[in-house]
Amino acid sequence: MATKPTQYYVPDASPWPVITAAALFILFYGAASFIQQESGSGIVQNEGTYGKPMFMIGVLAVLAMMFFWFRDTIKESLAHKNSNQMDVSYRMGMLWFIFSEVMFFGAFFGALFYVRLLVIPWLGGAGEEAMTHELLWPSFQPMWPLEITPSGETTQAMPAWGLPLINTILLVTSSVTLTIAHHALINNERGKLKLNLFLTLVLGFSFLALQIEEYIHAYRDLGLTLGSGIYGSTFFMLTGFHGMHVTIGAIMLTVMFFRILKGHLTPSNHFAFEAAAWYWHFVDVVWIFLFICVYWL
Amino acid sequence: MSEHALDHHHDDHAHHGPAKGIKRWLFATNHKDIGAMYLWFSFIMFLTGGALAMLIRAELMYPGLQLVDPNFFNQLTTTHGLIMVFGAVMPAFVGLANYMIPLMLGAPDMALPRLNNWSFWLLPAAFSMLIIAIIKSFLGIADAPNFGWTFYAPLSTKFGPASTDFFIFSVHMMGISSIMGAVNVIVTIFNLRAPGMTLMKMPLFVWTWLITAFLLIAVMPVLAGVVTMMLTDRHFGTSFFDAAGGGDPVLFQHVFWFFGHPEVYIMILPAFGIVSAIIPTFARKPLFGYASMVYATASIAFLSFVVWAHHMFTVGLPLAGNLFYMYMTMLIAVPTGVKVFNWVATMWRGAMTFEVPMLFSIAFVILFTIGGFSGLMLAITPVDQQYHDTYFVVAHFHYVLVSGAIFSIIAGVYYWLPKWTGRMYNEFWAKFHFWNSLLSVNLLFFPMHFVGLAGMPRRYSDYALQFADFNWWISIGGFWFGVSQLILLGILIQVCFRKKGAPVSDQVWEGAEGLEWTLPSPAPYHTFSTPPIVK
Ligand code: HEM
Ligand SMILES: [Cu+2]
Repeated sequence: MATKPTQYYVPDASPWPVITAAALFILFYGAASFIQQESGSGIVQNEGTYGKPMFMIGVLAVLAMMFFWFRDTIKESLAHKNSNQMDVSYRMGMLWFIFSEVMFFGAFFGALFYVRLLVIPWLGGAGEEAMTHELLWPSFQPMWPLEITPSGETTQAMPAWGLPLINTILLVTSSVTLTIAHHALINNERGKLKLNLFLTLVLGFSFLALQIEEYIHAYRDLGLTLGSGIYGSTFFMLTGFHGMHVTIGAIMLTVMFFRILKGHLTPSNHFAFEAAAWYWHFVDVVWIFLFICVYWL
Repeated sequence: MSEHALDHHHDDHAHHGPAKGIKRWLFATNHKDIGAMYLWFSFIMFLTGGALAMLIRAELMYPGLQLVDPNFFNQLTTTHGLIMVFGAVMPAFVGLANYMIPLMLGAPDMALPRLNNWSFWLLPAAFSMLIIAIIKSFLGIADAPNFGWTFYAPLSTKFGPASTDFFIFSVHMMGISSIMGAVNVIVTIFNLRAPGMTLMKMPLFVWTWLITAFLLIAVMPVLAGVVTMMLTDRHFGTSFFDAAGGGDPVLFQHVFWFFGHPEVYIMILPAFGIVSAIIPTFARKPLFGYASMVYATASIAFLSFVVWAHHMFTVGLPLAGNLFYMYMTMLIAVPTGVKVFNWVATMWRGAMTFEVPMLFSIAFVILFTIGGFSGLMLAITPVDQQYHDTYFVVAHFHYVLVSGAIFSIIAGVYYWLPKWTGRMYNEFWAKFHFWNSLLSVNLLFFPMHFVGLAGMPRRYSDYALQFADFNWWISIGGFWFGVSQLILLGILIQVCFRKKGAPVSDQVWEGAEGLEWTLPSPAPYHTFSTPPIVK
């Protein structure tokens, strides 16, 4: 719509949100059933077999909905329906969304600090929790990384200065190339933009490949698994959720790459690129905290 | 004003009237449609959660077991709490925000209308999971969640029934819904204010919602984090809440209450906003201490992040921890007191009239204050060692939530209903609803203080004989309150669906101020397509 500055644009009704909600219901209902059918924990036994297909259908449906929803948004953007005001709304929305993601990681970092600073010493007999130590696990030695749990599980810690260091270099470099790409986009230097965005993608996917390598190493050689006590729990949950976010960010940047090849995203209209770039910087910062708190110290 | 409001004449196809039939609701992007859906959803959940409460009170009417077995009793209290907190109170406030914030700011709609639609439709999806679980339990197929609305580990990890995993994903959906809804509110407030509507001119309802939305974005992800840890502890072998693996069940409580305490303020800050809109109208005086209200709200929100362990005084925290949380909690009473003072000062020497929204608001101020006082008693660590997990706590949070949050929602509905529908509710029945609610809510919750102080624990289906008489009266109050809410249902059906009631003017209430009252009643489908100028 031609944007008279004082006129607001209200987007058309859309079928995608409500279908996405339904798809998410199918996905989650399937996921809960699937997990229970496969769970070896003995907490629940679920005999059904519908969990996996239902989960798969849910995943496909959510992906399809994202495709349609984003397709509509991209079409509207290309038709210049978005006023400047909407652009600002999108930007603010993305930033607040990233803040919510920060808080999500905050919960897991909080758990890590709480365990390291309080729980492990208490289990080792310090402070007011002394009786747990005396009565339940008198031979437990407090340490971090927790290589021997109170119940006697053992594991080895993941050293910081091998793969994790390389991964740090990869991610930090990718943030630099992405920033160069961003500036190129603003200055309308399309060649430089494509090259640097491509480099970012190569670095990002290399990170993911090395991260998989690291997990294989942990499971196979170090005996470090999700089940090896609180060290394994915090290690895999923090790095795992981070890896998931890198994957999402990499997919977003891949989409941006192909949109740029198609000629989308101009110096004056590139919110999608910025959102993806912010997201990428955010996972980068999370990684730096991970490297320091999980791998190094 | 109405030339802006009725300005449909430009050629944008998005600005025609509502779509026909079910599509209007399924594909809705209009803030009024979405707000109405939120409000009706919340009311249905209120009646559902209320029905469960009736069963709880029927069981507790007499000592001994009469209707349900203890395990099912626990499922009733759990589902009741979850439905009321996440299904009734929170969506009602989101509904009011959707409907009113654009009208109050002179905005055409919420900033992100499709996201808004998604936020709403996630809720029926989330709650059908919980409701399927409790229905299955009614039918004797499988247990519903039975660990209380606070779902402490290891009750919910090692010992949680199969439905726990569905509960976890249900919470994930509620969380996505709340976060997206809150993002929408914040962006609307920051980006869609009419020219001249500076932050410090915004109605207090908008201010309180801005801060609430911030709290939501900050703590709902933490809730998502804690249920995720539960899921992996249950099925993927992690030991977050298992001391044998180096974790700690108390960690659960820390993470949960880091979410949980700001959550209780999420359920009361918008209530403050509603009451701050209504009292000046019927006292015919501007709100006393507007700026101090804003700052008090912000400091409550800030402090709410550093008091969470007042829920954990009996778990054996270090002494310094208990003391810190005690003092911080007491500090919260200061800005809360500022608010109560300002409401009373607004009424002081006002030309007061007592229409139904005002009656509910005055009841709010008094009864919420009682709840605040019992909160202060609970904040005293050594005393709480005695009160914790007794009916005294139940009395405290029902005073702040039922006669606080829910009374404010009802007040807001009576206040804005004429603006939404163009018709006045039936004054006699509304007053009847008020007096019945007021008397019954006190009969229901006040004696809980006494049985709590005398040591009756919460979350049991049976109790010692000396509590019998009080519990009988409490149950009578409960049924009375429950039935009274059907009066509200009747009033709403009359006004909304049977189109009964006297037509109202644009102004509706003589003393009301704000942009929403400059619009026609009912407000047209699209309002403020071009922004009004606020002087
Ligand atoms: C002056 C302000 C307040 C203070 C000092 C206060 C203090 C407390 C304390 C110390 C407890 C823990 C009691 C225990 O479990 O032993 C508590 C519980 C609770 N409070 Fe408050 N409170 C205040 C206001 C509120 C408000 C405004 C709400 C909600 C609208 C609220 C909702 C709750 C709930 C739901 C619980 C019980 C949670 C549970 O264990 O299930 N409180 N409060
Ligand atoms: Cu609290």
